[in-house]
Amino acid sequence: MDTLVRIPAALRSLTGGADEVSAEGGTVGAVIEDLERRHPGLRDRLLDEKGVRRFVNIYVGEEDVRFTGGLATELKSGDQISIVPAIAGG
Amino acid sequence: MRAARRIESVLDAVGDTPLVRLRVVTRRAPDVPVYAKLEFENPGGSVKDRAARRMILDAMADGRLTRDKILIDSTSGNTGVAYSLFGAALGLRVRLVMPSNVSKPRKDIVRAFGTEIVWSDPLEGSDGAIREAKKLVDADPDAYFYPDQYSNPSNPRAHYEGTGAEILRDLGDRVTHFVAGLGTSGTMMGTARRLKEHHRPIRCVAVEPDSALHGLEGLKHMESSLVPAIYDASLHDEVRRVSTEDGWDMADALAREEGIHVGHSSGANVFAAVKLAEELQAREEPGCVVVIVCDRGDRYFSPMKWEKTYVW
Repeated sequence: MDTLVRIPAALRSLTGGADEVSAEGGTVGAVIEDLERRHPGLRDRLLDEKGVRRFVNIYVGEEDVRFTGGLATELKSGDQISIVPAIAGG
Repeated sequence: MRAARRIESVLDAVGDTPLVRLRVVTRRAPDVPVYAKLEFENPGGSVKDRAARRMILDAMADGRLTRDKILIDSTSGNTGVAYSLFGAALGLRVRLVMPSNVSKPRKDIVRAFGTEIVWSDPLEGSDGAIREAKKLVDADPDAYFYPDQYSNPSNPRAHYEGTGAEILRDLGDRVTHFVAGLGTSGTMMGTARRLKEHHRPIRCVAVEPDSALHGLEGLKHMESSLVPAIYDASLHDEVRRVSTEDGWDMADALAREEGIHVGHSSGANVFAAVKLAEELQAREEPGCVVVIVCDRGDRYFSPMKWEKTYVW
């Protein structure tokens, strides 16, 4: 199942400039592993050894995955993932 | 008791911030004093008061800003607080463009002064807010005064006349190094320009996040950002890259060990300054480091339970 992932400006150097990419997997964690295969370097920007980095938010639809099971959050067909910096910068 | 400090306007409360020596986080560099310049002592609570005040006063003086115009700019934070505060004090309307993921306290502070907020896409970051502000101004140029803190020479000038001159007055020939983070780069550009005029060399060290996606609010990762027009990389002698985690941990340590509760970008600045002092100590070189503390940590409290470091 392909899931659409929205990429923030700060990470588009890893996706060849694309602001949306697709990846496969039944959970958020699996999608991130697939993203890493397609766009090497992405996983380390998003995760550390404890899980999602403290300054990164990952949303499935409107829900922050921290409150829905983290990387184990299951995806349904048509779900969209957004990677949003926790801070606004600048 | 200090001399009386009685002023006529909140605008006059900007600047003349104290330098406080850090004693504990510098324990591995006992012979290299590190002084933090506490910019949260400004009336808006941050270093950005200096630039905002100078940009507003210079524009009012030469007629670019009049009371029938709306002051508009892109800012996620402290500059917006400063514009809002001085706008209220001077009877000016203020409209700010910011990514919608700025923290709630930040939205509440600027609204307290009567400022209007326009949201930009959080995925586009601060550069998206810049583009959105430019779009609004282009659509109706006569309605707005757009200070454009990234391009406005009044921004670094505030630091040339203020920050840099104050450091030389307070430490004189003792200071050997100056450390500040790069956001608009105004603090580094103006202060470095002043410090480089001093008759003894002062090494200027700029701090940047180590990665494009980071949690050091206020700092810019230059390589992946719109480079500010006021930025001149030849003015500083060195760039040090600091990780979000090191910046956050130093901010924690400053609160717990020094009684100085600072924001993330200040944590990164102090992390770089302490590392520098430790290197001088190891080489047995004399030195005296001045580092900019941009704002207070309570500006970053937010009710998100996952924020381990700044949970309340």
